[in-house]
Amino acid sequence: MSRTVRPVVTGLGVVAPTGNDVAEHWEATCAGKGSLGVISRFDPSGYPSRVAGEVSGFDAARHVPSRLLRETDPMTHYAFVAAEQALADSGIDLDALADLDTAVITANSSGGVEFGQRELQKLYAEGPHAVGAYMSIAWFYAATTGQLSIRHGMRGPCGVMVAEQAGGLDVLAQTRRVLAGGTRFVLGGGTDASLSPYGLVCQLSTGLLADGDQPDRAYLPFDAAAHGYVPGEGGGMFTLEDLTVARVRGAARIYGEVAGYAATTDPRPGSDREPGLRRAIRLALDDARVRADEVDVVFADGAGIAAADRQEAEAITAVFGARGVPVTVPKTMTGRLYAGGAALDVVTALLTIRDGVVPPTVNITDPAGYGRDLDLVRDRARELPVRTALVLARGYGGFNAAAVLTAVR
Amino acid sequence: MSVRRVVMTGIGVVAPGDPGRESFWDLVSHGKTATRTISLFDPSPFRSRIGAECVFDPERAGLSHQEIRRTDRAGQFALAATREALADAGIEPAAGDPGRVGVSVGNGVGNAISMEQEYRVVSDDGARWLVDPGYAMPHLYKYVMSSSLATEVAWAAGAEGPSTVISTGCCAGIDSVGYGYHLVQEGSADVVLAGAADAPIYPITVSCFDTLRASSTSNDDPETACRPFDRRRNGLVLGEGSAMFVLEDYEHAVRRGARIYCEIVGYAARANGFHMTGLQEDGREMGEAIVAAMAQARLNPEDLDYVNAHGSGTKQNDRHETAAYKRSLGAHAYELPVSSIKSMVGHSLGAIGSIEIAASALAIDRNLVPPTANYSEPDPQCDLDYVPVTARELPVDTVLSVGSGFGGFQSAIVLSSLRDTARGADRRRAAA
Repeated sequence: MSRTVRPVVTGLGVVAPTGNDVAEHWEATCAGKGSLGVISRFDPSGYPSRVAGEVSGFDAARHVPSRLLRETDPMTHYAFVAAEQALADSGIDLDALADLDTAVITANSSGGVEFGQRELQKLYAEGPHAVGAYMSIAWFYAATTGQLSIRHGMRGPCGVMVAEQAGGLDVLAQTRRVLAGGTRFVLGGGTDASLSPYGLVCQLSTGLLADGDQPDRAYLPFDAAAHGYVPGEGGGMFTLEDLTVARVRGAARIYGEVAGYAATTDPRPGSDREPGLRRAIRLALDDARVRADEVDVVFADGAGIAAADRQEAEAITAVFGARGVPVTVPKTMTGRLYAGGAALDVVTALLTIRDGVVPPTVNITDPAGYGRDLDLVRDRARELPVRTALVLARGYGGFNAAAVLTAVR
Repeated sequence: MSVRRVVMTGIGVVAPGDPGRESFWDLVSHGKTATRTISLFDPSPFRSRIGAECVFDPERAGLSHQEIRRTDRAGQFALAATREALADAGIEPAAGDPGRVGVSVGNGVGNAISMEQEYRVVSDDGARWLVDPGYAMPHLYKYVMSSSLATEVAWAAGAEGPSTVISTGCCAGIDSVGYGYHLVQEGSADVVLAGAADAPIYPITVSCFDTLRASSTSNDDPETACRPFDRRRNGLVLGEGSAMFVLEDYEHAVRRGARIYCEIVGYAARANGFHMTGLQEDGREMGEAIVAAMAQARLNPEDLDYVNAHGSGTKQNDRHETAAYKRSLGAHAYELPVSSIKSMVGHSLGAIGSIEIAASALAIDRNLVPPTANYSEPDPQCDLDYVPVTARELPVDTVLSVGSGFGGFQSAIVLSSLRDTARGADRRRAAA
């Protein structure tokens, strides 16, 4: 029943701290223009961590009917707009396809926390009668996929992947399965919006957020001064179809192919077994039938926590050798977007392949010992022909995912 | 790459009533209901005050104190069900290659109870928008992220292969098993702990269903409140729980001499692209999922012995679903026993799809179809054989189980013992 497919990306969309469309995002990202700042959405002065990557200058009402905005959380607003961009970019005529041949697959990490906090406040401050009718459809993890499916009439096998930061790559694998099952067109990606006070307090409980309010000293993956990460919001959306199908319909652009993917789970805490990242990288390369020396750039997860950075640096070095491949963490400009993080990295990696420009990792001044084993693209973008990019994503609790993206000749 | 066959070799259940697979089967095969007045909190301010609760003590279920501290009620259900499934399958994944063992957990509303309890504390019962981090407990982040369910199951099973949470609302419990099925089928794992967990019986979820007027208001008769397909049905009853399965590559199972409950032979998910909570009367969307799953299974409607229904007990769903069976299964829809165990265990959102798959697999195992409890008055628009009140003994080899949920999601899965068991071989011989 299933057949071999070559999933290619034919359209991109972005709503992120770095920009509210692909061009804005790419320009800022190549310029190394960080978008981290002190939280403006609410008064963060009572919280130890006050820096975040916020989406700014975003006006959903220009794109989405106000009724729909009322029913949904910001995580879905970002997805509405990024999805519209990706669909337009792909040039797809959805009316020309059977609705059951199209599907939506998104990643989500913690649901619509701002919407949820507001309704919880109504419940406890005013009573059960005050809870709004839309809580039941706005907050849950499936809200974005459901709304996109309805908005665009995409009725095939839809999905919702939840693996914190790794979920954005799991979307690629699920898309490949769905395409192999006969679906012709998939709208995929991930967006999150975790920046409400309750959302922030939940994240603070891990002890992994960088404290303070200095945007350029907060999130420093692979740096000796790494002391946590910065949360962000937004994400990326993309359209995927089989290469042959895309060519036959005359897709205007083919950004690249999802050539390989693998996911692993770390051993339980306290185990002396090796963490799963190296294995995920190896399996993804095998899956893509790509040798390590064919990889031109690695988009690292960049946790910004010494122990996790060391693990990641060791895994990359074990596969590629010391300083064996350029490594970058554009997340240093946006913060970690949870379900949107890996999805945005996929978009950025495809643009890197298109333009032969590797965006930089910003704010790193003093790489840690293990960081010095990496050829970290620092400060400014590096021009480099890129045919093959490896994107890594690690989710809280031990999820590891790796995806290999390649140029299509 | 040849497509591998995927079989179920272990079942663990924590369902409303007493925990454990056999307690669950005892309840549903006897037509007993676990729907009662909610005891998890004071339900008096709510429109619907009924829930199907698990009688669950995490310590008695064998959870460690650390596990209990760091998990929500949903996670505790998942851990107990995982351990029962592993014991049932007689497998210790970690003893083999942990990298070949995956995890797929379905969930609808996250770790809802903990999320709400902790919200109350840090917000001082809704008094502060700028909630106070000083009162947050250390595992709060795990509570707001449903992905912690997958890591907990992975740690308990010693799984180091691909793991994820699938969160397609009320279809999640079918889709997660479908995902595990794909992982084994495509060779990404040899063994997958697949299933689902949810524990939504708490004020915010109850408020949501109150607002939608989707839950039953038979507050004076909680034990018979959920009446799927009955003319007097007046809504769903919230439930909670978990079912987890050991799914395994067929060859792997045979090599280790495992007992095989059934094979997963078809799975499909579709969306209605129509409305977040509404369904079309003609049953189109669910019908399409059923047709796709049956096509994948290469089965005809006549090959089905039993349909384990979604049957939530809302006016809208049961009508839609009945129409869907007629559209997708034709005249055979009238011949098939169709029953909804939600009449007994309620609707546990993301978990129920897996709990219903457990009932389906046990129906095959025991040749017994659980009934639709509380059914007495036919609805002219729901005119199939709903197996009223009493379980029915009959040879059950192939079962269709379906789900429908917010977001417009529809899922269908087909389980069959025909190709795998000695009994299947006997029946084939008898038929020939």
